[in-house]
Amino acid sequence: MTTAPVVIVGASMGGLRTAEALRRAGYSGPITIIGDEVHAPYNRPPLSKEVLSTEVTHEAVAFPARAATADVEWMLGRRVVSANLEAHTVTTADGAVVPYRALVVATGLRPRRLPVPPLAGRHAVRTLDDAMALRTELIPGARVVVVGSGFIGCEVAATAMKLGCAVTIVSPSAEPLIRPLGRMLGAELRRRHEASGIAFRMGRTVAALEGGSVLTGVVLDDGTSLDADVVIEALGSEANTEWLDGSGLDVSDGVLVDDAMRAIGADNTVRDDVFAVGDVARFPNRMFDAEPRRIEHWNIPTDTGKRAGAVLAAQLAGTADEPVSQSFTPMPAFWSIQLNVDLQAYGLPGLADSERVLEGDLAGDVIIGYYRRETLVGVVGLGMKAALVPYRRQIAGD
Amino acid sequence: MIKIQVDMDTCQHYGQCVFEAPKIFHLNDDDKLEYLAEVDDDERGNVEAAVDVCPMQAIRIVE
Ligand SMILES: Cc1cc2nc3c(=O)[nH]c(=O)nc-3n(C[C@H](O)[C@H](O)[C@H](O)COP(=O)(O)OP(=O)(O)OC[C@H]3O[C@@H](n4cnc5c(N)ncnc54)[C@H](O)[C@@H]3O)c2cc1C
Ligand code: SF4
Repeated sequence: MTTAPVVIVGASMGGLRTAEALRRAGYSGPITIIGDEVHAPYNRPPLSKEVLSTEVTHEAVAFPARAATADVEWMLGRRVVSANLEAHTVTTADGAVVPYRALVVATGLRPRRLPVPPLAGRHAVRTLDDAMALRTELIPGARVVVVGSGFIGCEVAATAMKLGCAVTIVSPSAEPLIRPLGRMLGAELRRRHEASGIAFRMGRTVAALEGGSVLTGVVLDDGTSLDADVVIEALGSEANTEWLDGSGLDVSDGVLVDDAMRAIGADNTVRDDVFAVGDVARFPNRMFDAEPRRIEHWNIPTDTGKRAGAVLAAQLAGTADEPVSQSFTPMPAFWSIQLNVDLQAYGLPGLADSERVLEGDLAGDVIIGYYRRETLVGVVGLGMKAALVPYRRQIAGD
Repeated sequence: MIKIQVDMDTCQHYGQCVFEAPKIFHLNDDDKLEYLAEVDDDERGNVEAAVDVCPMQAIRIVE
């Protein structure tokens, strides 16, 4: 009997890095990656930034393929609809039952959408296909309403501005990016974006969209309405875990795992044959505390994929104790480019109870420190890249 | 030898590569990236790690 493959569900950065790490750690058995997108893994951040402002192609964003993973079996354009953890199988929408030796969940997130009927002119940005569809409508003079003022909302608004659109951001928050970056920096970013011509309707939600089959306007909860050709829904995300409902895993907010990326069942037992990586994984990071969290930053799929690959390869070789006993405390790192704003951050500023300017000044290049009970938990820089490095070390505790 | 190429039009000088491979990449006093264009084969692991963490995907290993 041939051995069943390691099956990775989700063909994006987290899945790819896990496969590469399995090979690097010496696992030479079969690997199958199943993904519902038709494209081989690609990099998402440019989809709201530089690529969206030029030409959106797979070539422009694809991750380079490596020799070590040349023998991975790809099942692209196939969606997994269920998993049977007792039988060790997953089932695709077209009815294929795929047996696995170990399962890696790398299904990421999808955008939360407005609860309104379909209409031409409605967009969200998560996938290459999303970005391609949006790109054709971001023409000079187009009236664009961005709903939501998180990173993706602010970035897409900035890119639409650059492309000559008339842009309004509508958001229930008091300031843009208030949850990840705090009120002080949020207010400053709003000031900079207003100076660039972006309009803000803060503290407002969308009550309805107007138009027969094609969007013509957006009605807000105060009864006012905005003329619109395009609405971009950037209201945050939901974890792609429906296919694991009823499987016995804790999927209340992504997939709960330990710091070796091994899934934890609803009965609190650690499974050694199911792992989760990337945006969908909720894991504890002792750099901060013992609380498991999902971290939606770009470096996390790579860090957690490498971790899962190393632990799983060792386990299949019967030597799991060694990597598991090592601590895993990846530094969250993120960046954002929005018109003339070039932001870089480390740690989890969102955990802070206070914030203060550490260097520079808020109206120009600046470094802001984020503290929880007087311990530095996050740092954000506008410019001043090299000066951020010592603060990164301070957060890591080295 | 491994040849490294960084697309300087794409690089935003974030310095993530510096953490993975400090012997190869560094940020100078003007916050600009500098790097060794050729390194020994035994650095491959470090170079690949730097490629992985570059947010702009600006680093290429020229085979
Ligand atoms: C527009 C955009 C801009 C971003 N910009 C930044 C940034 O500037 N900085 C930053 O730090 N982070 C940024 N991010 C976040 C970063 O891209 C994510 O953290 C990263 O893509 C997560 O990778 P992942 O592999 O965990 O999940 P994903 O990339 O979401 O991959 C999951 C894959 O699984 C597939 N899938 C889902 N369900 C199934 C199923 N049932 N069966 C088969 N396949 C399935 C999905 O289609 C998808 O291809 C951005 C994200 C987006 C969308
Ligand atoms: S990580 Fe990439 S973008 Fe950052 S300095 Fe290195 S090459 Fe440039």
